Amino acid sequence: MSDLPTRDPQAGPDTEQIFGDLLGECVHCGFCLPTCPTNVLWGQEMDSPRGRIHLMTQMHTEDVLTEAAVGHFDNCLGCLACVSACPSGVAYDALLEHTRHRVEREHERPLGERALRGAVFALFPHRRRLRLMRGPLRAYQASGVSSLVRRSRLLDRLSPALATMERVAPPLSSPPPPLPELVPAAGRARARVGMLVGCVQGAFFPEVNTATARVLAMEGCEVVIPPEQGCCGALSGHAGRLAEAAAFARRLVEVFERAGVDRLVVNSAGCGSSMKHLDRTLAEAGADQGWVRRGRALSERVADLTEFLVELGPRAERRPLPLHVAYHDACHLSHGQGVTAPPRALLAGIPELTVSDLPDREICCGSAGVYNLFKPEVARELGDRKAEGVAATGADVLVSGNPGCSLQIAAAMDRAGAPVAVTHTARVLDASLRGLPVERLLGRG
Amino acid sequence: MSQTAQTQAVAALVPHLRRVCGDDGVLTDTARRRTYESDGLTHHRSVPGVVVLPTTADQVAAVVRLCADSGVPFVPRGAGTGLSAGALPHPGGVLLVTSRMRRVLEIDVDNECAVVEPGVANLDVTRAAAPYGYYYAPDPSSQQVCSVGGNVAENSGGAHCLKYGFTVNHVRGLDVVTPSGERVSLGGKNPDAHGYDLVGAFVGSEGTLGVATSVTVGLTRAPERTVTLLFAFSSMDAGGQAVSSIIAAGVLPSAVEMMDALAIEAAERAVACGYPEGAAAVLIVELDGPAAEVDAQAMAVTRLCAAAGAFETRTASGAEERARIWKGRKSAFAAVGRISPAYIVQDGVVPRTALPEVLRRITELSADSGIRVANVFHAGDGNLHPLVLFDDAEPGAAERAEEVSGAILDLCIEHGGSITGEHGVGVDKACKMPRMYGPDDLATFDLFRRALDPGGIANPDKLLPTPRLCGERPGVRTGVHPLVESGRAEQF
Repeated sequence: MSDLPTRDPQAGPDTEQIFGDLLGECVHCGFCLPTCPTNVLWGQEMDSPRGRIHLMTQMHTEDVLTEAAVGHFDNCLGCLACVSACPSGVAYDALLEHTRHRVEREHERPLGERALRGAVFALFPHRRRLRLMRGPLRAYQASGVSSLVRRSRLLDRLSPALATMERVAPPLSSPPPPLPELVPAAGRARARVGMLVGCVQGAFFPEVNTATARVLAMEGCEVVIPPEQGCCGALSGHAGRLAEAAAFARRLVEVFERAGVDRLVVNSAGCGSSMKHLDRTLAEAGADQGWVRRGRALSERVADLTEFLVELGPRAERRPLPLHVAYHDACHLSHGQGVTAPPRALLAGIPELTVSDLPDREICCGSAGVYNLFKPEVARELGDRKAEGVAATGADVLVSGNPGCSLQIAAAMDRAGAPVAVTHTARVLDASLRGLPVERLLGRG
Repeated sequence: MSQTAQTQAVAALVPHLRRVCGDDGVLTDTARRRTYESDGLTHHRSVPGVVVLPTTADQVAAVVRLCADSGVPFVPRGAGTGLSAGALPHPGGVLLVTSRMRRVLEIDVDNECAVVEPGVANLDVTRAAAPYGYYYAPDPSSQQVCSVGGNVAENSGGAHCLKYGFTVNHVRGLDVVTPSGERVSLGGKNPDAHGYDLVGAFVGSEGTLGVATSVTVGLTRAPERTVTLLFAFSSMDAGGQAVSSIIAAGVLPSAVEMMDALAIEAAERAVACGYPEGAAAVLIVELDGPAAEVDAQAMAVTRLCAAAGAFETRTASGAEERARIWKGRKSAFAAVGRISPAYIVQDGVVPRTALPEVLRRITELSADSGIRVANVFHAGDGNLHPLVLFDDAEPGAAERAEEVSGAILDLCIEHGGSITGEHGVGVDKACKMPRMYGPDDLATFDLFRRALDPGGIANPDKLLPTPRLCGERPGVRTGVHPLVESGRAEQF
């Protein structure tokens, strides 16, 4: 008998070793540089994926975590454009998740940073708490104090993060009625699908969820929306708070296992991207093989709304929408899930609607989950660049598949003095399927 | 200078560098400096003494002047994608990185040229010129990331150099900071400046003659029609035969590229390029020019390839279809990471007629050594890019791969070729230079270099063999230069 500590045989392979193997995949070719938003901004190696992988290698082989390295890991938006650009197939997403997990465990953050992070993670992954904010937020916006505060730039001086939160908060109208637990299919049912309502989507864009459920039903899906579903854990996971992410993941697995659905449809890119690897998150957090397997089984059912609808094929009639839309690729949809063609195909399938791509479409808008709260200046600069691109298309509406991007780009367009209607792919489809007038999408009625 | 003295000299320079480039433009922290330890060729590593990130030509000149005054070496670096370790940092020197100098300064449509800063990515020149119906012709496979400044330093080529020539054929003018920190302009917008071709001398000088701070490049009018053809063969010999017959028929394609089965496998795994199954070789032929000419040539090429035994032909004329054919080829180098933990990208040239023989010999070399070699190359001009695969975790494998890689270069020289087609000499091949050039040639190069860089501070140890690097007879030359001695050159 040895008295050396032994690894739990139920646990998966050593995550440190996997990390080392994954690091070795990088051949230092640099193809990731031009699509990395921080490299675009600053042009320095340590703020490029290749440089960060080098810093990760230093951390791994020498078992040190320098202050400098943490800063550059924090600067990463986690947009995963590098994953799309990489010809060697480096799993930067897995590398980043592991690295952030380690930073979270080992790095002592200054008090202010800790407080901000604590507040963000006590609020955003909790739909009910976010929903409670709706009332005061609406009152605040309606009171006119909002524009006063913005003009005074008071919040900028107090806290750039608070200022960003204030600016990206969407104008809220009265919420649509809550979604039922089961939406029956219109006509013969073709599939029984689960639907994730999401935290930010659910609290700030409930109409997107309503549209999603309606589109699915109109296309012949029975839609199951378990009310007890919580956060998917994406925000926590991307920030390295893996224990928290894993707890959310377990609850999600239990809830949707009970729901007995063929597919689990997600309309928020950030959520979908991380829900496609619940197994990895659970394994990285040290969960046993049983949980990892259950996570994988659910992950295999996860589909973005647009890829699911394309896979299903259209059944409901599309009615004309005379609109020019610009489509913004949410990073966690295009880079995180490789879903670029389906949303475009769905939009292009609507009569009289034209779709434009944005210049530099692979570059992040700066929203990146809660990044714009932690790094508001960087996010603002990227948002401004994106806004220029949107303006250049001359489109009537900007369409994206992620609530964070919608908030971020709308705020940037307002700042640029060129406000544009921003909406979700689901709402455009919903309008076409129901034959609504385009004004409804332009926010004019 | 001893190593300690070098370190001290660099440390003494830092406050001055900060004054020039700002705190944000000078990296001294070890973890950060280490991320610059290599370019795209990772088996050469060296941590720079200090990294500077200037944003203007004035800053570059000031940095170089500081280096010249204190005798501290400097190494220019663009995007760090080079494959000959030309931007390998000097441990006791300044790494001068141009990645923040990336403005397209001017697109001059009337004079068909563009003026760009050195850090601009190659493909961004084309992006800026495209709205006017122009593009920048030299197209290295890393064109979306590699910098124009780096292209100038290495005289980079690419798939389309067969018809359009290398970087040197497209650079018309340069603003340069010489190794003494002086700002000079060479050439201009006019494509045929008279007098000594100093632009020609600077292109391909690998940073040994100074740093370019702006580059004027000629733009090429986008052709009326471009057709990309892909042919699958069941042997490399058959593919080689097809190339010979295309050239013999008087067709000058813009590109003729070949990949062997192993390279196809890697590309397939990386980007699912969907090349014909069972192909032992694929040949990509691109034709561009006036529509009628291109159509006629496409028919001729298709006929010639069929005669050489092509079992599948694909024709693409739309941009998206063409991109799909190119995708596999363009990603091939990095894609090899999918089939091997480590690899060396070699770059050698052989006369086109020697291609089949050299490829056979490479296959033998690979079989004898047990080291796999994937072949991707510009078949039209005989520029080989063998990828020597090995497992860096296996003891001795890297050395054996190095040997095979070196032996391939020997094969190239033996068949009347050259040790580099387009990646440059850098550190990687400096010691091979004496195999290509005699002592007089090298002494002439050295004389030219010293005329501009008497202190030997501009990217030392690159391009030309040095005793320190190549284990030649040690000692610095103290006597009269042999060329001067023999009366063939004069030193002023």
